[in-house]
Amino acid sequence: MAAPAQSVAVPALSPKLLAVALLSVGVMLLLAYLVGFDQGAVSRSGMYLHELMHDGRHLLGVPCH
Amino acid sequence: MRTFGSLLVRGLIVGLFAGLLAGTFAYVLGEPRVDAAIAIEEAGSHAHTHDHGDSTEPAAEEEEPLVSRDGQRAGLFLATSLYGVALGGLFAVAFTLLRRKLRTGNDAYAALGLAAAGFVGIVLVPFLKYPPNPPAVGDPDTITRRTVTYLLTLVIGLLAVWAGVALSRWAARYGEVARLAGGVVGLVVTVVAAYLILPRINEVPETFPATLLWQFRFASLGTQATLWLLLGFGYAVAVDRRPIRSKVAAA
Repeated sequence: MAAPAQSVAVPALSPKLLAVALLSVGVMLLLAYLVGFDQGAVSRSGMYLHELMHDGRHLLGVPCH
Repeated sequence: MRTFGSLLVRGLIVGLFAGLLAGTFAYVLGEPRVDAAIAIEEAGSHAHTHDHGDSTEPAAEEEEPLVSRDGQRAGLFLATSLYGVALGGLFAVAFTLLRRKLRTGNDAYAALGLAAAGFVGIVLVPFLKYPPNPPAVGDPDTITRRTVTYLLTLVIGLLAVWAGVALSRWAARYGEVARLAGGVVGLVVTVVAAYLILPRINEVPETFPATLLWQFRFASLGTQATLWLLLGFGYAVAVDRRPIRSKVAAA
């Protein structure tokens, strides 16, 4: 059932790959958090970014006030 | 074979474009609903309040917002773009780590399958339990609870997709129909069980127009569908290697 090897476009799993992947996940989740939930604690912009992205949060389905 | 860096960058770029276009969808179809809801919020801010004080102070605060409505309309694109980039990056990581588990020899199909799974788990499952609400709906006092339950539905959605795939693979030994039925049963049973356990939350004021509520909700669903459709097809194109091969052959 395994896919033919030559058609797989991804590098082989290795500890280094897993570490880099984990780091990327962390950065991406932080970015998503900034859009969806941050109220100034991370962005250090007070409520400015939070208010700026207000409509996006509503329309992306994130609970809001 | 591609390096992880190249797979990640493709995800980020595809995510950015998907986010921008989802923002355009939201701007055209969602913003009028948000405006209508805010108009209702402002009209009703004296008549009905969740906080029991009958002071006019909250209304006075709202008259000087930190960001104007025009600013928020522009911020919509910032929000969907950043969210698209984040999802694109996560999608690239998922593609890298799960590609070998997906039983197709075609990278483009693998990307589409992952996008479909992500849409069901991250968008559809949370949407059906806790449909998103426009401004003027929702009690600020319960925001923490609603945030936690929303994130829970998101995790449960992904678990449900995993359960569907696992059961479908197990049932495959009994034939093609069993394989499909296994997938449906694994997904639906997980989701229904979670829906029954999770708390019911309904904070829609009785006076809020139902039509506007659902117009907003479908605009929100459409925004996220746009994002995931473009992410899936965009990434499918980005990892499809046939154009590269033909270039090499032509050189």
